[in-house]
Amino acid sequence: MSEQSHRLDAAAAPGRIDRGHPLRFVFNGRGYEGFAGDTLASALIANGVHLVGRSFKYHRPRGIVGSGSEEPNALVQLRTGERTEPNVRATQAELFDGLIASSQNCWPSVGFDLGAINDMASRILPAGFYYKTFMWPPSAWMFYEGLIRRAAGLGRAPDDPDPDRYEKRFAHCDVLVVGAGPAGLAAALAAARAGARVVLCDEQAEMGGQLLAHPRGVGAVIDGRPALDWASAALGELASNKDVTLLPRTTCFGYYDHNALALAERVADHVAKPRQFQPRQRLWKLRARRVVLATGAIERPLVFRDNDRPGIMLAGSAAAYGMRYGAAVGRRVLVFTNNDSAYRAALALFDAGVGIAGIVDLRPAASGKPVEDARARGIEVLAGWALTATDGPSKVRAALAMQLDEAGAGVQGPIRRIECDAIAMSGGWNPAVHLYSQARGKLRYDGAQGIFLPGRTEQALAVAGSCNGAWSLGACLAEGAAAGAAAAEAAGFTAASAPAPAAAEENDSPARLLWVVPSDRPLGEGGKHFVDFQNDVTAADIGLAVREGYKSVEHLKRYTTSGMGTDQGKLGNVHALGILAEVTAAEPGAVGTTTFRPPYTPVGFGTLAGRDVGALADPVRTTAMHGWHVAAGAVFEDVGQWKRPHYYPRPGESLHDAVNREVKAARTGVGILDASTLGKIDIQGPDAAEFLNRIYTNAWTKLEIGRARYGFMCREDGMVFDDGVTTRLAAGHFHMTTTTGGAARVLSWLEEWAQTEWPELRVYMTSVTEQWAVAAIAGPHARALLAKVGTGIDLDAKAFPFMAMREGNVAGIPARVFRISFTGELSYEINVPARYGMALWQALMAAGAEFGITPYGTEAMHVLRAEKGFVIVGQDTDGTVTPIDLGMDWIVSKAKDFIGKRSLSRADTARGDRKQLVGLLTDDPRVVLPEGGQIVAELKPEPPMAMLGHVTSSYFSANLDRSIALALVRNGRQRIGAALHVPLADRNIRVKVVEPKFIDPEGRRQDG
Amino acid sequence: MLLIDCPWCGPRDENEFQYGGEAHIARPKDPALLSDAQWADYLFMRGNPKGRHRERWMHRSGCRRWFNVERDTVSHAITAVYRMGEAPPATAKPAATGDATSAEPRSSGDPGQWPAGGAE
Ligand SMILES: [Zn+2]
Repeated sequence: MSEQSHRLDAAAAPGRIDRGHPLRFVFNGRGYEGFAGDTLASALIANGVHLVGRSFKYHRPRGIVGSGSEEPNALVQLRTGERTEPNVRATQAELFDGLIASSQNCWPSVGFDLGAINDMASRILPAGFYYKTFMWPPSAWMFYEGLIRRAAGLGRAPDDPDPDRYEKRFAHCDVLVVGAGPAGLAAALAAARAGARVVLCDEQAEMGGQLLAHPRGVGAVIDGRPALDWASAALGELASNKDVTLLPRTTCFGYYDHNALALAERVADHVAKPRQFQPRQRLWKLRARRVVLATGAIERPLVFRDNDRPGIMLAGSAAAYGMRYGAAVGRRVLVFTNNDSAYRAALALFDAGVGIAGIVDLRPAASGKPVEDARARGIEVLAGWALTATDGPSKVRAALAMQLDEAGAGVQGPIRRIECDAIAMSGGWNPAVHLYSQARGKLRYDGAQGIFLPGRTEQALAVAGSCNGAWSLGACLAEGAAAGAAAAEAAGFTAASAPAPAAAEENDSPARLLWVVPSDRPLGEGGKHFVDFQNDVTAADIGLAVREGYKSVEHLKRYTTSGMGTDQGKLGNVHALGILAEVTAAEPGAVGTTTFRPPYTPVGFGTLAGRDVGALADPVRTTAMHGWHVAAGAVFEDVGQWKRPHYYPRPGESLHDAVNREVKAARTGVGILDASTLGKIDIQGPDAAEFLNRIYTNAWTKLEIGRARYGFMCREDGMVFDDGVTTRLAAGHFHMTTTTGGAARVLSWLEEWAQTEWPELRVYMTSVTEQWAVAAIAGPHARALLAKVGTGIDLDAKAFPFMAMREGNVAGIPARVFRISFTGELSYEINVPARYGMALWQALMAAGAEFGITPYGTEAMHVLRAEKGFVIVGQDTDGTVTPIDLGMDWIVSKAKDFIGKRSLSRADTARGDRKQLVGLLTDDPRVVLPEGGQIVAELKPEPPMAMLGHVTSSYFSANLDRSIALALVRNGRQRIGAALHVPLADRNIRVKVVEPKFIDPEGRRQDG
Repeated sequence: MLLIDCPWCGPRDENEFQYGGEAHIARPKDPALLSDAQWADYLFMRGNPKGRHRERWMHRSGCRRWFNVERDTVSHAITAVYRMGEAPPATAKPAATGDATSAEPRSSGDPGQWPAGGAE
């Protein structure tokens, strides 16, 4: 346990920490102590630790730069084991007792890093280095990528499943206020007082924003009392209002259309682990009538030579560590700025007992109250000077300063060395317009301030406070109160006209914009001017990219990777634009910004998934007979959401052993298949027959009652969409079956045509898939089995022919029996109300024992249908196949119109040499072709070869004692009898093209 | 994530709905009489306006009814919702259709979608 060497005196800098509540933590294997209220970053700073990681590309030592979600460098691996999490910003990780964290991106240690050789070799790692160096030969990219990832690797994912749970919540409100700084608090108060339902969220643990940490807010006076007293009164009032929801530790990370917003609430990230039943994080999906964005502003760095040493940080953050956490970023802090705000930071640090080494100001005529206040404290101000270099073994120990020339393009005069142990820099403040831009608000460029401000928006939102360019506390409060009241009014409430909370207005002197601070060496020589700390992008890289032609801001971003890290360039993006504009002699406003996209800060997969993981990821559908299949030891396969028996292995049987046995039983004895999952649609109405006539390619109006017909549906482009057997139950009543996977799609298809194109047809569709359980029995003994269980139906082949339906009582259960066949055998599909499914199945199994009844699964079903050449839509077709391509001209009516008919005579669809369904037989009957195998006529030693098509279905047929396959082959009908080849990686398979019917081509068996 | 005012159910999230493309494209009465070009026009050609667009939606996870929506393709503002068979609102002028080149690349990414894990 070490002394907190850089903790400030409690009287001078009390902060928001609880010094009576010490917490122990471990960073990079070493124990430290912090206090409740610390973040990991503030606790490290209190212990004098600045070196927290290595940079992505050059492995340069890096320190803490910011104090919140903008932090680019201090990304740590937090916790260990199953809860370990990479890329956690130390500036947002709240300290808890026992916290363990380590640096990432350094090996073997943060102090001694082998990857730092990259820095010395940086001339071979210029902008676009991925694209230039590692792309040739193409096959080597995989190898290079592995090396790069290992060298760069930002953290490790845990190896074990996440033990925590994540919740999701949908919510609505009248007014959402994002950001609980002074503007957000004023807005929430005004809206809540008007009676609106308000949600106020803030990414920090404690609400108050700049009042907690910013020199302008801490110590300020609002409505005549200390700002923090005002804030706690405001929060108390909001908390006691039942229509207000306060969400601290909650990042609004996505702003979508029509005021849909996504919020990530870190419910238990600040403790070692969640309590029982407590979620770790909660995703809020919020729909707000009005939104007030009070997201504040993010300070930007200055781009000067070697501005990335540990100890160099944002001035506002340096002040925040002093004022909010009572931690000194150094004992002798040098301030480098182009604006007044850093003076306030310097004054705050000075007053908290931190030594100030001086203030270097780019502005030659620095004046005004903050400047006078600094000079009054004896702080030296170097006006019109610039830092031209920094020095230090790792952490900064000195800076070199020179006088700027008038244009700010160069430096002159003697070099002055200033000893320091930290540099607090400020390049001004960027309004945090990320959410505004996500909401597709247009940004406008303010040339005087060099910032992008909210412009025009079509969403129901308002922007208030420093996010809107309001810099003084008084203006933030006034804008917030006005926006909150207006939002409530717009949501239908009446806001009382009350004065906004009042605070002092202060006007700063203008800043001096220098996108790159010059030094005494040309840019890119003798040091680096970093723009994007996380992705190691320098000002020289941007210049190089522009010279190479990447002048569009979107191209520049991708080529240099500027702004593409986990911080999404919160610090450096505007600098990158400014430099681009300068190099191309354009206005930054004309260069435009890259697109802000969700999420504002990274969101874990667990948060997005919520409870929809494991068994809850997707519903599981099972049939009425599922329990029997389980007891019988079936191996299941997923067909959509359905669990279907794939095969029923007996002890010692492989998949192929079982399937060979099952397919033989169906052709020689009797097999039984659970066909309950087939889609079933009940179609009723006086115009049902006419409707089907338009949907299916064949004719339906004259189908007799009690008879069934096989049909194809095409899309309007003529391609096969689904198939199935439909039966006429009564004049205006049909029972349609669809493929298992197509059930929902077909129902939607029918509804679409009925509702949108032919509303005059009186026809109504109802899904009855789950209302009926179906046992399909197939094989020579099928009729005898049915007779044995009893049906009350005349089973004689003449009385109950193929493609007919009869109603009866099968084994005493009311049933619809369909004499249809997907195996080519004598077959009955027995439909009973689902609750009788198990009883039916058990009765058939019991009665079938004497016939050797054999349950078969989907694999045997596939083999049996392939033996007959029956296609499966979606396996043997792929959305580019017409019924004619399948050789099924007979199913396409010449006499009537149907959906897709006209397309069949389009020039391309009517070509004779399209890919057509054929059978393939391998020369060697033992060889089973791989499905998807490409087919060629002419073999060459290596690709490319002219491909004619591919294998769509391929099996070993035990009934034929050889392999069989179906394929789509260009001009395939004309090739029947010819030899083709299926070239594979390790061999070529010669095949013969045959008719796609391998067993009983005349179809006698099913008519039996 | 649009908020779509279903004519039967009221305002609901976009992910309850299914998009159905441009509205008011009637199926030709007698397709056999059309030339290949005319049929292809019906089959494939759709307007891609920048601005007002009349389109079909279906409330898949609700009443399962199809209806029409008039939406601005730039702002995503929905300016009218009306039932199948109803005439489009007279006041609203749709942008010229058939100009497939008029839409500029969208400047702000995909139309708002919820993050992963939404009801599908
Ligand atoms: Zn509805």
